[in-house]
This record gives sequence, C-alpha cells and structure tokens, in this order.
Amino acid sequence: MDIGITHYKRCVVVKTQGRVDGSNAPELKVAFKELVDNGHFNLVFDMSEINFMASAGWWVLIDTQKTCKQLNRGEVVLANIDKSIQDSLNLVGMSSYFKAFDDITSAVGSF
Amino acid sequence: MQTRFFPSRLETLTEISLFVTQAAEKAGLDDSAVYAIELAVDEAATNIIEHAYQGEDQGEICCTLEIIQEGLKVILQDWGAPFDPLEVPEPTLGVPLERVQSSGLGLFFIRKLMDEVRFEFSDEKGNTVTMIKRKK
Repeated sequence: MDIGITHYKRCVVVKTQGRVDGSNAPELKVAFKELVDNGHFNLVFDMSEINFMASAGWWVLIDTQKTCKQLNRGEVVLANIDKSIQDSLNLVGMSSYFKAFDDITSAVGSF
Repeated sequence: MQTRFFPSRLETLTEISLFVTQAAEKAGLDDSAVYAIELAVDEAATNIIEHAYQGEDQGEICCTLEIIQEGLKVILQDWGAPFDPLEVPEPTLGVPLERVQSSGLGLFFIRKLMDEVRFEFSDEKGNTVTMIKRKK
C-alpha cells in the first residue's frame, strides 16, 4: 500500500489508493499513528483514489479521530469520498463522525 | 448459480470482491447496492478468516452466488469454529465518538447493508451465512 503524506501549514494530508480492507488497514494505522505521535492532530484523508473501504479501515479513522479530538487538539476530515462509499457510510450511521469535503482545497482550508 | 472456493487469506478478499461484484452487476443492482454487497461480503469473509479459522490458511471459503428475481443471494460457507452471531456484542454506533468500540463492527455493517442475513451452523455443513440484497 502506497501512502502519501503531504504537510501543509495547518494540517497534514494523507492519501492512498484502491482498496482498504483487513489486509492493508494495519499499514494505514501505522501511518496515522506516526503522525499523531509526532503531534499532528489536524488531518485530511484524501479519498479521491479509494474505491473500497472496509470496517477495518473505518476503525483506523475512528480511532485516530478519537485521539485527535481529545482536548480539542484537532480532527480528521475526509475529502473526495466516492458516492457509493458515502452511501454505505450513511447506511451504517457513521457519517456524523467525520466532516466531509468535496475537494482537497476546501478540506485543507477548513483548518 | 455459480460456486467458487477461495483460500482463507486476507489477500484473496480482492478476488472474492471481484467475483461478487460481477454477479451483482449482472443481477441489475445499482452502484450503491453493488458496493453494499461488496462491503458486506468482504466483512463476512474477513470474519471467517479471523474468527472462524482464527488465522490465515486454515481452510477454505466457499462462495455461492445466485441471481434471483428480486436481486442477488450470496452464500458464504466455512468449516472453522462454530460462529454464533448472538455472542458478538453489538457495536455502539449512534453514540458520541469516544464511546464507539471496534468490536462487532463488521457484523453490524453486514446487517445494515444487506436486506436479509441468516446464520446457520451444522457439524456437516459448517458455518453458513446467507445474505440477500434486493433491487430498489
């Protein structure tokens, strides 16, 4: 799994591609944990090239969101979510845990 | 009706997904329903590998697909440890973020995404989960 990390002035953008499932979610977990451990709590997850996200991947994001939101240090926001992924997120009742933006500029600009 | 056997390995989840989504498209389901089936089957197969077989390469996953008048029926079968869905605690979604737990998230997804879900176990047939997604 290729994971791209781009540092901006007020936030960090994390980007990966393809499928996120039980086989590679642990790699995503390591990437987010490293950022949080280094004091980065304003995070954008760019989902423009993700076409599948299993619960293992969502759990990484929820767990990271919990850490970031502690003491109002920051938060994880999502950008460019595929419509089918968004529909599934709504269906399972998890969309309220993340702010979602239509493009990366708005997501980065939200911090 | 078509049946395929897959090794119980996390990297085969992609192959299972492809097998299932092709049938779902052929069944005439829309994009969101196709994705819902792909996600539910992925969660069910992951549960088989991690909980029924308790690790990779411990057995096989049998996937049977049947295009039915109202949509698609998916049957997943394994011969691992008996699975009782009632023993899996319900995750607490819909609560404040700090109280959300990871346990049971996959099973919760399956129940929310599919229109019908049935779990069975027998000594002869092992664990069987039957899931149906209907066209809107």
